[in-house]
Amino acid sequence: MSTMTLDNRARIEAQSRQARSKKKWNSFLHMVGNHSLLIALSVVFIMPLYLVIVLSLMSKGQAETRSLWPHPFVWHNYITVFTAVPFLKWTINTLFVALMGTIGTVVSSVPPAYVLSRLQWKGRHTTFIFLLSTMMLPGQVTMIPVYIIFSRLHWIPSFLPLIVPSFFSSAFSIFLLRQFFTSIPDEISDAARIDGCSEFKLMMKIVVPLAKPAISAIALFAFLGSWNDFFGPLLYIVENEDLWTLGIGLNAFQGIHHVDKNMMMTASALFMAPVIIIFFFSQKVFIEGVTLTGVKG
Amino acid sequence: MSQARVIASSPFKKKGELAPPRRKLKTPWLFIFLCMSPWLFGIIFFTAYPMISSFYQSFTKFNLIESPKWVGLENFHRMFFEDSDFWQALKNTVWISVISIPLRIAFAMFTAWVLTKPKRGRNIYRTIFFLPSMVPAVAATMAFTYIFNPAYGPINRMLEAIGIKEPPFWFLDPKWSKWGLILLGLWGIGDTMIIFLAGLLDVPTSLYEAASLEGASGWQSFRYITLPLMTPVIFFSTVTGVIGSFQYFTQAYVASGQVNDYSHSMYFYATHIYFSAFRAYEMGYASALAWVLLVITLLCTLVILKTQKRWVHYPNGSLFK
Repeated sequence: MSTMTLDNRARIEAQSRQARSKKKWNSFLHMVGNHSLLIALSVVFIMPLYLVIVLSLMSKGQAETRSLWPHPFVWHNYITVFTAVPFLKWTINTLFVALMGTIGTVVSSVPPAYVLSRLQWKGRHTTFIFLLSTMMLPGQVTMIPVYIIFSRLHWIPSFLPLIVPSFFSSAFSIFLLRQFFTSIPDEISDAARIDGCSEFKLMMKIVVPLAKPAISAIALFAFLGSWNDFFGPLLYIVENEDLWTLGIGLNAFQGIHHVDKNMMMTASALFMAPVIIIFFFSQKVFIEGVTLTGVKG
Repeated sequence: MSQARVIASSPFKKKGELAPPRRKLKTPWLFIFLCMSPWLFGIIFFTAYPMISSFYQSFTKFNLIESPKWVGLENFHRMFFEDSDFWQALKNTVWISVISIPLRIAFAMFTAWVLTKPKRGRNIYRTIFFLPSMVPAVAATMAFTYIFNPAYGPINRMLEAIGIKEPPFWFLDPKWSKWGLILLGLWGIGDTMIIFLAGLLDVPTSLYEAASLEGASGWQSFRYITLPLMTPVIFFSTVTGVIGSFQYFTQAYVASGQVNDYSHSMYFYATHIYFSAFRAYEMGYASALAWVLLVITLLCTLVILKTQKRWVHYPNGSLFK
C-alpha cells in the first residue's frame, strides 16, 4: 500500500517535472522566435543608416560599384566635405535658427499652458478646444499671406521669418505642456496662494521647476523640428547662399558640380549625427512626449 | 499641539474645522490675458488674418507685384477644367493616401505588437525602431534615392542576391517611385508605432488571461480584444494620416529633384501649391488651391468622424472628457 503511494507520488512528480521542462522549452522556443523576429526587423530599420555610413567612407570610384564594405576606408571624406562645400557655415546657420526657435517656443508656450491648466476661468475649455483645432489646420492655407507679410517687411531672405513666429507659441507645445501641468496636484498651488504668492511667481518658482521633463520635451521637439525643417528655409532663405541651412545645402548638392556622390552621403551622415546623438541621450523624453500627445512636433 | 500638527501635515485633505477656510480667489483676468497674449497674437497674425486674406485672394489674380485683381471664380474654373497638373497632383495624392495610410497603420501595429512580446530587451528594440523617425527628411530622402539607385545603390544588389531577378528601378521608374516614397515613410514609422505601443500596453492583461482560459486562439484574442481596444488609436492615425498626406512635400520634392522626375510621378498636391505660388508667382491661384485642399481635408475628416460611431470603441466614453 505504502509502496504504491510512493510509486504514485514519484510518477506524479516525474510527470510534473516533465510538464515543467516542456513548458520551459516552449517558452524558450517562444523567446527565440520573438527575438529572431525583432532582430530581423532591427536589421531592416538599421540597414539604411548602415549603408549611409558605409558609403560615406568609400572612395568616389568605389561608391559607384554597389559595394557593401569600404575598401579602403576613406576617413578623409569627413574632412573633405568641409572644404568641398561650406558645410560649417550651413551647420552654424541651422544651429542658430534651431536654438533661437527653441528659446522662442519655450518662452512663449509655458505661460499659455499654465493659464490653460492651472487656473479656473470662464472660456478655458472652449479656448483649449479651439487651440487643438488650430493644430489640424493645413499650413498651406495660411502660408501665402504669411509669406506676403514677411516680404512686405523686407524680411526675405533672412532668418527672421524662421525665428519670429516661434515667439508666438506653438499649439503643439502648449498642448504637451498642458497635459503635464494638469498632472501636478492642485494642493501645491493652493498652499502657495494662501501664503500670498502671486500667480507669476507661482508659475516660475513652483510649476516650471516641477515640469522640467515636459519643458525639456517641448524644447527638444522644437529644436529637432527646426533642425529637420526644409519647407521654411526653402521659402525664406534660398535666395541668399550665405543663409543656407543644412537641409537646403544638402538638397542643392547635386547642383554643385565638383561634389561627388560619396561626399553626398558623408554630408547626410553628418546631418543625421546630431539628431541621433541627441536621441540616444534623451529618448525617454521623446517617447513620453509622443505618448502624451499622440503626435510628434 | 496635536491639532496644529494635523493642519500642518494635511491642510486640505481634512474637511471641517481643522482646515483653514478656503478663500474664493478672484479670477486674475489681467494675468490670464498677458499669459495668453503670445498665442492670441500668433493666432491673429499667423492664422486668422492669413486665412481671411487667402480666402479673398483665391478669387483674385495676384502676382505679388501688382495689387490683387478680382476675377471671381476663374481660379476654380481653371483648376478643375484647364489645369492637368492639378488632376495629376490630386491623383498622386489620393493614390499615396489610399495605399500608405492603411499600410502605415498595419506596419505600426505589427512593429508595436512585436515589441510587446519580449520580457527583456524591449527598450533596445524600441530605440532601434524609433530612431529612423528622427532622421531629417532631406537626409533620409537623399539616402534612399542613393541606396535604391539601380546603377550604384546597394539595395538592388541585395535583392538580386536573395533571388529577385530584375529588381525595380525605384525612384527612377515612374511606376515604382511612389513605392520608394512609401518605403521611406514606413522606415520612419517610429512615432506612430510609439502611440500604438502605448495603446497595446494599456490593454488589461486580465482580458487576455480570461480569453485564453475560455480557449480563445491567438488570432481570436487579437480580433476580439486587441483590435476593438485599438480602434481609437487607429482612428486617430487615420485622421492625422489624411491631413498629413495632403501636406506631403519635403520627401517628394527632394526625391524628384534628385532623379529628375519628368513624368511628374512624385508631383503631389502640396508640390503643386508650392510651384504655383513660389515658382510661377500665381498667388491667387495658389490660394484657391490651398482652399480646395482645406475643403477636401475637412470633408475626409468629417466622413471618418461620421463613421466612427460604427467602429471606434471608447472604453471611457468620449475623446474629450
